[in-house]
Amino acid sequence: MVTTAESAAGASGILPEPAAEPGAAPEGPRTAIVVALAQLAPRLGDLRANLARHLELLGEAAGQGADLVVFPELSLTGYFLKDLVTDSAVRLDGPELAALADASRDVDAVVGCIVESDDHRFHNAAVYLAGGAIVHVHRKVYLPTYGLFDEARDLAAGSRFRAFEAPLRSAAPSRPWRVGILICEDLWHPSSAYLLARDGVDLIVCPSASPGRGVGSGSALGTAQSYDVITRTYAQLFTTYLAYCNRVGYEDGVNFWGGSRVVDPEGHLDGEPAGREEAMPLHRLDLGALRRARIANPMLRDERHDIVDAEAHRLRRRDRD
Amino acid sequence: MTETSARPDGTASPAALEVDAPLVTEILTGFVREEVRKVGFERGVVGLSGGIDSALTLALVCRALGPENAIPVIMPYRASSPASERDARLVAAQLGATPLVVDISPQIDAYFAASPDTDRNRRGNKMARERMSILYDISLARGALVVGTSNKTELLLGYGTIHGDMAHALNPLGDLYKTQVFALARHLGLPAAVIEKAPSADLWEGQSDEDELGFEYAAVDLLLHHMVDERRTRAELRALGFADGFVDQIRRRVRDSQYKRRPPLIAKLSNRTIDRDFRYPRDWGH
Repeated sequence: MVTTAESAAGASGILPEPAAEPGAAPEGPRTAIVVALAQLAPRLGDLRANLARHLELLGEAAGQGADLVVFPELSLTGYFLKDLVTDSAVRLDGPELAALADASRDVDAVVGCIVESDDHRFHNAAVYLAGGAIVHVHRKVYLPTYGLFDEARDLAAGSRFRAFEAPLRSAAPSRPWRVGILICEDLWHPSSAYLLARDGVDLIVCPSASPGRGVGSGSALGTAQSYDVITRTYAQLFTTYLAYCNRVGYEDGVNFWGGSRVVDPEGHLDGEPAGREEAMPLHRLDLGALRRARIANPMLRDERHDIVDAEAHRLRRRDRD
Repeated sequence: MTETSARPDGTASPAALEVDAPLVTEILTGFVREEVRKVGFERGVVGLSGGIDSALTLALVCRALGPENAIPVIMPYRASSPASERDARLVAAQLGATPLVVDISPQIDAYFAASPDTDRNRRGNKMARERMSILYDISLARGALVVGTSNKTELLLGYGTIHGDMAHALNPLGDLYKTQVFALARHLGLPAAVIEKAPSADLWEGQSDEDELGFEYAAVDLLLHHMVDERRTRAELRALGFADGFVDQIRRRVRDSQYKRRPPLIAKLSNRTIDRDFRYPRDWGH
């Protein structure tokens, strides 16, 4: 978190060359951004109330100096929508996202919503807004349809994982941050994080609506333990920041466990994860720390994408036979 | 399999049923608080029997809403054990909630006056439904949601009265086996008298759950955990030490009581039949 963030860029290393080290000079371009995790409890199927809450929190976060606010999965609608999916959907050119885009002139935002396409498919989407416009839309690829989940019954699946340059214009960063979005279940497929890493991601944003379950003896929910392992593992192996924003509250008796956190590119939690209540912690993310992590652990440099491609090609041929 | 779910010889261990009591308390307290308040209520009403399930339920309601917003209702019948009412009062007093006492003997006796030979099962069901109707009357009178007390063991075994004790607005204990109810009750420091006595529906004199069911909660909970939660095969259950006859008996009970856990069947005619293809969350708009 901001209060516990690691020391300023340039403070580490022997005999640093201030002029040559990006971000080292105090008067140089800012390398750090502040990300707010808006861990809220949406009202189920009440777009209007949720939109008002988003606008309120965006104003609050901007006032606290945030450059980006991440909301949970389906933050505009709530999660267990069932037949409310079609009633709660927005269009990319609709008034709800226009209002949020307007608010994004002060601070970038990732919001969760059901997006209806022109041909009337309904996607579980996370929309990145900045500077008054939609910058990127990620449509959830992996729709869990097992156990307590029923997403593929009501929703259409997305088909791409892309990193993109995040404006973060209020931060005036030294170089653009590349951001990629994975929604909840997308994170359970390592190939999705791999593809974003290959696409040059600096920050994986994961909006989530993870139901809490697994209360056997131990110190945490089973689901919370799983996400702890996954978020720290990905951040460390792909030497990337990972911002995980889960929701809280209850829907039809199901609890959502919160635990929103930022993991740094060495796999360390930035401060304590959020609790089970509504909260909006701020985290400081620094390209200097990213650079240092990639110097210390240059797995991305050494990654053999050519082998991945060749083997994937071979397996695809085999699977066709 | 978790490390603790089986003994070294491969048979099932009671450790499989251990729960993180502080975490469960936190989740269930939040459940009661949020599911009551978001639909516009502040209070909860609980039928308090003197047994462990309703004592734990009341404790959770008191933590969630404050004892001043918890309405325990003690509803003895003239043949009920005096110890039940005494224990119920003890629980309410410990939790700081003020109980209402409604004697159901007049209406039960009036109903059965014409058929004094009615068997005890019919009488027990009638009492359970009488109590339900009182709780729902108080619900309307006091603006309080009815909080149920059925645990996962009795729900799965169908060991409850449909539209009686199985009727309520919210159920905090429905995903906890009886063994886990005991663990949570101990964690919350409920009176020893309530925790240590043999579980009983107290619908007739000397009734005992375990005598009536024909097995012990500790045994059936362990089997249900492996059968229902872990979806073990018959061969795996056998290796865990569960006898085929016991497995068959419990499987049959679960299957035969499925109707009690479902809303009534609706004959399908249209393209959107309630609960089949008209599917809305209950927390719609909340």
